Amino acid sequence: MNSAHNWLLPLITFVPLAGAAVMLVIPKQQENLHKGISLVASLVAFGLGVYLLTLFDMDKGKSLQFVVDKSWIDVIHSRFIMGIDGISLPLMGLTLFIMPLVFIYTWNHVPAPGNAKAYTILMLVLQTGMIGSFTSQDLILFFVFFEVVLVPMYFMIGIWGGEQRQYAAIKFFLYTLFGSALMIVSFLSLYFLVKDPSTGEALHSFDMRLLTEAGGAGIARTTAILIFGGMFMGFGIKVPIFPFHTWLPDAHTQAPTQGSVILAAVLLKLGTYGFVRIALPMLPVAARWWAPIIAVLATIGIIYGALGCLAQTDMKRLIAFSSVAHMGFVMLGIATLTDYGINAAVFGMVAHGLITGMLFFVAGSMKDRYHTLEIKRLGGLLVSAPKMGWILGFSAMASLGLPGLAGFWGEFPAILAAYQPADGLSVGLFRTCMVIAALGTVFAAGYLLWMFQRTSFGFPKAEFENDPHIRDVRFSEWLAWTPMLLGIVLFGFLPGLLFQVSNPAATFIANAAQAVVGG
Amino acid sequence: MTGLLIAAAQWADQPVIDWHAIAPEVVLVATAALLIVLDVTLLERAKPLISAVAGLGLLASIIPVITLAISDDTTRSLFGGAYVIDRPSLLLKALFILTGYVVVLMSTNYIAEGDYWESEYYTLLVLSIVGMTVMSSARDLISVFIAFELLSIPTYMMSAWRKGDVRSNEAGLKYYLMGIFATGVLLYGMSLLYGVGGTTSLAGIGERIAEANSEVITLAVIFTVVGFGFKVSAVPFHMWAPDTYEGAPTPVTAFLSVASKAGGFVALINVVYFCFVAGGASGRSNVLTPAIFIISALSMTVGNVIALRQSNVVRLLAYSGIAQAGFILAPFAVAGERPGESYSSVIVYLVIYAAMNLGAFAVVIAAARKTRSAEISSMRGMFQYAPGLTLAMTIFLFSLMGIPPLGGWYAKFGIWKVLVDANTGYGYALAILLAINTVVAAGYYLRIAKAMWFEDAADGDTAPVVLPSSLRYAMAICVIATLLFGVLPNLLSQAASVVAAGV
Repeated sequence: MNSAHNWLLPLITFVPLAGAAVMLVIPKQQENLHKGISLVASLVAFGLGVYLLTLFDMDKGKSLQFVVDKSWIDVIHSRFIMGIDGISLPLMGLTLFIMPLVFIYTWNHVPAPGNAKAYTILMLVLQTGMIGSFTSQDLILFFVFFEVVLVPMYFMIGIWGGEQRQYAAIKFFLYTLFGSALMIVSFLSLYFLVKDPSTGEALHSFDMRLLTEAGGAGIARTTAILIFGGMFMGFGIKVPIFPFHTWLPDAHTQAPTQGSVILAAVLLKLGTYGFVRIALPMLPVAARWWAPIIAVLATIGIIYGALGCLAQTDMKRLIAFSSVAHMGFVMLGIATLTDYGINAAVFGMVAHGLITGMLFFVAGSMKDRYHTLEIKRLGGLLVSAPKMGWILGFSAMASLGLPGLAGFWGEFPAILAAYQPADGLSVGLFRTCMVIAALGTVFAAGYLLWMFQRTSFGFPKAEFENDPHIRDVRFSEWLAWTPMLLGIVLFGFLPGLLFQVSNPAATFIANAAQAVVGG
Repeated sequence: MTGLLIAAAQWADQPVIDWHAIAPEVVLVATAALLIVLDVTLLERAKPLISAVAGLGLLASIIPVITLAISDDTTRSLFGGAYVIDRPSLLLKALFILTGYVVVLMSTNYIAEGDYWESEYYTLLVLSIVGMTVMSSARDLISVFIAFELLSIPTYMMSAWRKGDVRSNEAGLKYYLMGIFATGVLLYGMSLLYGVGGTTSLAGIGERIAEANSEVITLAVIFTVVGFGFKVSAVPFHMWAPDTYEGAPTPVTAFLSVASKAGGFVALINVVYFCFVAGGASGRSNVLTPAIFIISALSMTVGNVIALRQSNVVRLLAYSGIAQAGFILAPFAVAGERPGESYSSVIVYLVIYAAMNLGAFAVVIAAARKTRSAEISSMRGMFQYAPGLTLAMTIFLFSLMGIPPLGGWYAKFGIWKVLVDANTGYGYALAILLAINTVVAAGYYLRIAKAMWFEDAADGDTAPVVLPSSLRYAMAICVIATLLFGVLPNLLSQAASVVAAGV
């Protein structure tokens, strides 16, 4: 399977880090050089990603491709394994696509207190962590990358963030660290308890392929449920699932624009990806027990997020709460344990990444101009900066799930999937969730249109009426935003592009998750 | 008759000494002697040479350690089994010697600029390291005790080295009094062990106490653990640590918190793995496990909670060291179930801990060169005027926290792994406690990071910190080791896991 190109994945993963290493030795006064190197590093990674896409065998999307398997830490039987399938590919692609745009945007938008060198280095480290999480196929390697992501984001929020940045940064860090500490104990339990289904001996491996194949064989049901619980905390906090979402509005609101975009577009997906890739197929028995709980919490998240949005006075905070709602749809799709639901979840992740990323970009640019995002002080964006106003409107429409734009294909199939969950799950419960989630889309239309109307319609408030700072979309912004807008339209019209990639892998995972192995 | 004579002649001969095996210690002792000779012959002119000679002597003693490691004869036993050279003991010797070298680098300017006695300082330092290297090989009550005293006594004096400062005198005196008290307890425990075992050989005692079971053995085990508990600053025997750490010269504090603590742990390793749990049917782990569990759980929790409230970096690191001692103690609680794995997890932790903690102290020394203070508030805004120093400190702090891919994560992971693997109630309880304490600890490590990165420099003073090259090297060594052990832990765990077969 494309083993000739197995150098591609490590290269794509570590190119950004190499860029960061080069930048370390360049003095920080040469700001443009730093911006340039970071952009080039992310573009190289993107180019390699495109090359990889041309080699990716769509028909074999269910199995891992470009597999690298090298020895790493022998004593604990942890290996350096990388590989991608139809689920990793879209998310890795999303990361590779978003990051160059973020660096382009950074060209004219280094937030206070400056220091482009440190800022771009942190983002490159972040990129390596995110891509590594999506490509690694060994639990320990995955854990390492998953944790690497924490540190740069902590500093991005803490140094370049808003008024409450220190509080938000520490809250973000401690919340996630708590989840990961429990997650690693779960990983270790898998290592010691899972047995090889054919021989009945303990597997003693962190290899995700073997653990997926074993499907939690040899673990008693109650133990499996507890182990799943550890992962639920680790991944669920990252998603975030209600009631662990409270770090998100703070982190999003306080983070600098680039931080918010990356957080929304990619970081949250690490949690949902973990559920799909690790928790479901490795512990199918426990997944069945947890599925109704996840479905209910996801539905609560949808409604709670929507109500939260309606109560916000800050535009960025509103978008953050809308993330809680959207990730609720993704989790609802996952909770059905069906191929349909998982396909919807993968699509939802990519769509949410593009759309919410876009919304945060616009919000960031507005903050640059208005120096506030308090909704009641804004207004008349369509008058003072019409192009930006329309982009905001377009993104809001996409976010509320307008058919023909990407957001629709994330939400609608997730709701449909809940109509018919996997065998053995309570149909009544899931259909109730379905109805409530469908109502959530109405709320979504409500809060997004309300936000759009209050910020963009009418005339500018007196304080901003003749403010020369409020200028329309600038060149670097066009450069960063156009690809995202095109992506939203493209996936809206041709959702098959993505579904054909994810479907084989989603079917494979759903089968694994539904296969009940006797414990 | 002739046979008897030959036997008598052999007895009268000197015992056969494998000079290669004890070459590291010989080089170290020679270095100490050379330092004294230089001091008394060259007097004042010796001063610029002393620290260089000490450093070179330490590096020279690494050479026989390497030749021993690559020689075919990996396990050598001397003096009737009282002194054993094997892979883990060589790893520990290398650790102690390199730690000593880094401490010399950290001390060079500190001691010279403070106008303290120099040659005595380095002589004591090297002698303490001799004690530690002997400890790595000691497999006999007598050699354990002698090594323990040799590594301790010089540090009592070094703690009081800032002779003009009352706090340093207090530090030395407090450490000394607590130390000899602990020695008394330890000696009592050892005499009980000898009484039960009838031999000074650890393995021999191990067999005897595994067969017999009596209150005396319980007492002996607990007294010995308590005796070493003082040295590793485990709760409730930790009271000396914060005051001594704060009062002692900072390079000495670094030495105490890393090398001297590791020396205590190696002593504990020796008596636990080669004696208490060595003699069949997991030995006396029924006594050991509950005792260790209590000390470990208390140390990590109490250390962390008190550390949260510290405003002085050195005191904070002292309490964090107490918590870390709790982490390192945890695998001893499953020593009976998983001797090999818990042994190697402790050694791996000690090595990684040395790199990151020494590094943290090196940064504290460097920052204090400008600020003349070790308060957290004095480190505010360091990112603005000393980005390299800030980055190094961040690496050490996040490593202490256990964030991959820095060394600390692997150390912690190894402990988690053996605790879960043991599949005992004590093991799981400690694993969960460790998880919770990791988050608590992140709270105070982040406070330092926060002050350095997020806040503005005090008084807007952003003059750069001038660093002597020796301090730079010390930090570079620690940064490289911290990163390397995190990304490629294989390097370390292979050396340490050879033991798994041996124990």
